Amino acid sequence: MKEILRAVPQPHASVSVADLRVDLNGAGIPIVDEVSFELAAGEILGLVGESGSGKTTVGMALLGHSRSGLRITGGSVCIGDKDVLRLSERELRAVRGKSITYVPQDPGTALNPALRIGTQLRESLKGQPATEADVLQLLSDVKLPTVPAFLAAFPHQVSGGQQQRVAIAMAFASRPAAVVLDEPTTGLDVTTQSHVLDTIRRLCAKHGVAAVYVTHDLAVVATLANRVAVMYSGRIVEIGPTSVVLTEPTHPYTRALIRAVPDLDGPILLQGIPGQAPAPTSRPKGCAFLPRCPMSIPACMAAPPSLARVAPYHDVRCIRSDVRVQAAVTAGRESASVERIGPPLLEIKALRAFHGSAEILKGIDLALAHGCSMALVGESGSGKTTLARCISGLHKKIDGLMYYDGQILAAGSRNRAVESRRQIQYIFQNPYASLNPRRSIGEAIAAPLREFESVSNEELRRRVGEVLDQVALSRRAAQQYPHHLSGGQRQRAAIARALIVNPTLLVCDEVTSALDVSIQAVIVELLDRLQQERGISMLFVTHNLPLIRSVAQQVAVMQSGRIVELGAVKDVLSRPKAAETTRLIQDAPHFRQA
Amino acid sequence: MATTSFRKAKRLLSLGIGTVGLVLALGVILLAIVGPFVAPHSPLDFAGAPYQPAGDGLLLGADSLGRDVFSRLLAGGSGILALAAVATIMGVLAGAIMGVAAGYLKGAFDELVMRVLDVAMAFPQTILALLFVSIVGPAPWLIALMVGVIHAPQVARVARSASLKVADADFVLFAETTGASSWKIMTREILPNIFDPLLVELGLRFTYSIALIAGLSFLGFGQQPPTPDWGLMINENRIGMAQNPWAVLAPIALIAVLTIGMNLFTDAVSRLTRARSAELNEAEPQSQALDLSSAGSAR
Repeated sequence: MKEILRAVPQPHASVSVADLRVDLNGAGIPIVDEVSFELAAGEILGLVGESGSGKTTVGMALLGHSRSGLRITGGSVCIGDKDVLRLSERELRAVRGKSITYVPQDPGTALNPALRIGTQLRESLKGQPATEADVLQLLSDVKLPTVPAFLAAFPHQVSGGQQQRVAIAMAFASRPAAVVLDEPTTGLDVTTQSHVLDTIRRLCAKHGVAAVYVTHDLAVVATLANRVAVMYSGRIVEIGPTSVVLTEPTHPYTRALIRAVPDLDGPILLQGIPGQAPAPTSRPKGCAFLPRCPMSIPACMAAPPSLARVAPYHDVRCIRSDVRVQAAVTAGRESASVERIGPPLLEIKALRAFHGSAEILKGIDLALAHGCSMALVGESGSGKTTLARCISGLHKKIDGLMYYDGQILAAGSRNRAVESRRQIQYIFQNPYASLNPRRSIGEAIAAPLREFESVSNEELRRRVGEVLDQVALSRRAAQQYPHHLSGGQRQRAAIARALIVNPTLLVCDEVTSALDVSIQAVIVELLDRLQQERGISMLFVTHNLPLIRSVAQQVAVMQSGRIVELGAVKDVLSRPKAAETTRLIQDAPHFRQA
Repeated sequence: MATTSFRKAKRLLSLGIGTVGLVLALGVILLAIVGPFVAPHSPLDFAGAPYQPAGDGLLLGADSLGRDVFSRLLAGGSGILALAAVATIMGVLAGAIMGVAAGYLKGAFDELVMRVLDVAMAFPQTILALLFVSIVGPAPWLIALMVGVIHAPQVARVARSASLKVADADFVLFAETTGASSWKIMTREILPNIFDPLLVELGLRFTYSIALIAGLSFLGFGQQPPTPDWGLMINENRIGMAQNPWAVLAPIALIAVLTIGMNLFTDAVSRLTRARSAELNEAEPQSQALDLSSAGSAR
C-alpha cells in the first residue's frame, strides 16, 4: 500500500473557491452567496446543509455548472491554476471529467443503461491508453470483482452499491485534482454505505484528490470528512475541522442541527428546530437564521453577519459567536421497557407474506403491548415494510394469524371490521405522495373521519382544527393544498389525518426518511408526545438505527423475512445477540464518537 | 423556485398560441349561434340564380338552387355544433367511467372492458356509424350516439392509463385502509387527478366529432335537404365549384378554422396542465439533484 502511494505522482493541486455567487436567473436574487473555502490535495470537505440550503448548487458550481434557471454570477473556482468560471464552454468540457469529476446521488441515472460497464469505465479514462489491465485496476481500486464478466455486465445487472462504486471508479479514473460527491450513499444500506465511504476515503488519500462531499447527514461527515462546512440559506455559516465543529459547534444553527441528530450510543432528547429556512426570495434583512435563533439580539437584524474567525481554521458567521453555550445534548429518557400484564394489543403468529410466488415474510411472531412503541429495523429487502403493510391491511397475500385486541385481523383492510380499520392507522414514508395533490389539507384530514362517523360539517371543522393544533400546524393549513406545504408540514398533515379518528396503533413506515434532520426531530418529538399523552401504541419501521433510541422502547431486528432479534432497545443495542444486529450497529456511522 | 420563472415564461408563450386557438374556435362557435338571427336572407329562400358568383347583394354568391350561401353558412353551423357537443360529452363521459374503473379495479374487470373496447376499435369508425345510420335512418340522436360510441374506447384508454399512474399512489392506499368504497375512491381520489388529461381529451374529441358529423352530412347521412348544414353544403355545391367556389370553400374554411383553433387551444391546455401537475406532484427536494446528475457528469 505504501509503495503504491509513493509510485503515484501526487498532484499538488488544490481547490480554491472565493466569493462564489449563484443567482436566480434574471431576478438578481442569490441562491448561494459569499461561499469561499480552500481544499488541499487529499482533503475531504463535508458540505452539510438541509434541503434548499444551496449545498448541491455549490457542488455543481465547482464544475462550472448551474441548473436551468440559475446562473453563476460571481466569484471564482480555481482548480489548480485554472479558474473554472472563466473558461469557455469548450475548455470547461475538457476540464470536467479530467481535472474535476462528479459522483451523483443516484448511480442509476449516472450510468448509461445501454452501455456495458467496461465501455463506460474505458470512456472515463479519457484519452489515456487503456489496456484491459488498467480497467481492471480501476475495479480493484473500488473493490469490485476484477473479472471480465463484470466489465461485460450492464448497469442494471449489478447492485446499487456496485453501481455507485462504478460511478466512483469513473470519477477517480482520470486522476482528477478534485471530486464532487453529491450524497452518493443516500440510497444505500448502512453496510454498503460504510464500504462506499471507506472506498472514497482510501481513494482520496491514495491519489491525493481533494473531495467535496455534499450531504445532509452529519454522521457521514463525522466519519469521513477532515473539515466540514455547514450551509444555511445559501451561505456557509460555519466551517472548520470536523472534530471541532461537531464537538464545539459555535453557530446556533450548527448547535441546533447537532441536537437534532439521534445517537446510536445513548438516548438523547431530540430537539427539532422550530420553523423553516427562509426561501431565497424572502430572507430577512439581517441574519438568515434569525427567525429560528434562540439567542438573537436586536443587532442581528441589522445586516447579514460576515464570516469571522473564532479559532485557527474555524470560521463562523454569527455576531454572537463569542457567547459560549453548553454544547452538550440533553440526555433523553431511557425508554423503560414496558412490561404490562394482560393480553397484547397486537399479536402475530407465524405470519408469512408473498409477493407473487416469492416469500417475503417467512414466519413472523410478534407481540406488541398496549401503549408500547416498537421499532422494526433491518436492511432494505428484509421485509420490514411488508410486515407493516400486512398489519395495516395493505398487503393481502398472507398466511398466518394476526390478532388485534383479541380479535382476529383479516388480510386486506376491506375484509376487516370497521373498528379495526379505525384503530390501526398507517403513516406513509413519503409525505409528497401520501396526500392527494388535488384535495385541500382540510378535506384530506376529514376524509377518514367521514368514513367512520357521521358528523356535521361544524363538528368536522372543529375536529380538523383540533388535530391540526395537535400536530402544530396552523389552522389556516386546512384551506391549503399539499404543494403549499413543506415536506415536514405535509408529514404532520398526514399524521393529523391518522389522528383524527383516535387510533390505538400508529404504523409509521420510515416516516422521517424523506425529511431533513431538524424536521425529523420535530416529527419524532411529536410522535413521542402523542404516545405519552394519548397512550397510542406505535410500530416504527426504519433503517435508521440511531433513531430508534429516541422513538421506541422495543425493537425487532429483521433479516430476510425473519425477526432475528427482539427485545428492549437498550438491551439490543448495548448487547446485541444476533450477528445481523451486530453488523447493523457496526456499520451505522457513529456520530458522537468522532 | 428557479425553474418556476422559466416555466412561467413557457406558460405565457403556450398561452399565447392557446389564446389564438381559443379566439378562433369561439369565433366560429359564436358565428354558428348568432348567425341564424343576423342572416340577411332566409336560408331556404331563393335569392339569385343558381351558382351566381359573389357580389350583387350576395356576399358569397348563391348555391346550386340559387339560395344565399352566406345566409346558409350562418344558419348551418348550430346543428352540427350541438350534435358534436352532445356526442363528445357522451363519449368522454362513458370513456372516462370505463377507463377509471378499469384502471383502478384492475384484474379481470380491466381485461374484460379493455378487450371489448379493443374489438369495438377494430371496426372502421365511419363504416360502423354508416352501418347503424343506414339501418335506423339519419336521426340526430342516433348520429350523436354513434359518434359518442366511436369516441368512448379511445377516451377510455387515455383515462385508464392516467388512472393507473394514480391508482397505486399512497393517498389511494390510505383511503383503502379507511375502508372507503371503490366509487368514492374513484370519484374523490382518482378523478380529480386525471381531470387535466380528460379536459384535453374533451377538446380533441370535440374537433373529431365535428369532422365526423360533417363527413356524415356530406355523405347524406346527417341533416337532410333543404336544411342548411356545412357538411351537406359541401356535397350539394361541389358540382358548381367552377362557377361559385365560395359555396364549397366557405363551409370548409369554417370547419377548418374551428378544428385548428380547438386543437391549438387543447394543445396549450395540455402543456399547461402538464407543467402544473409537475409542480403539484413535485417529488422530494433531494430528487432535484437527480435531474442535474447527467448534466454534471457530462464529459
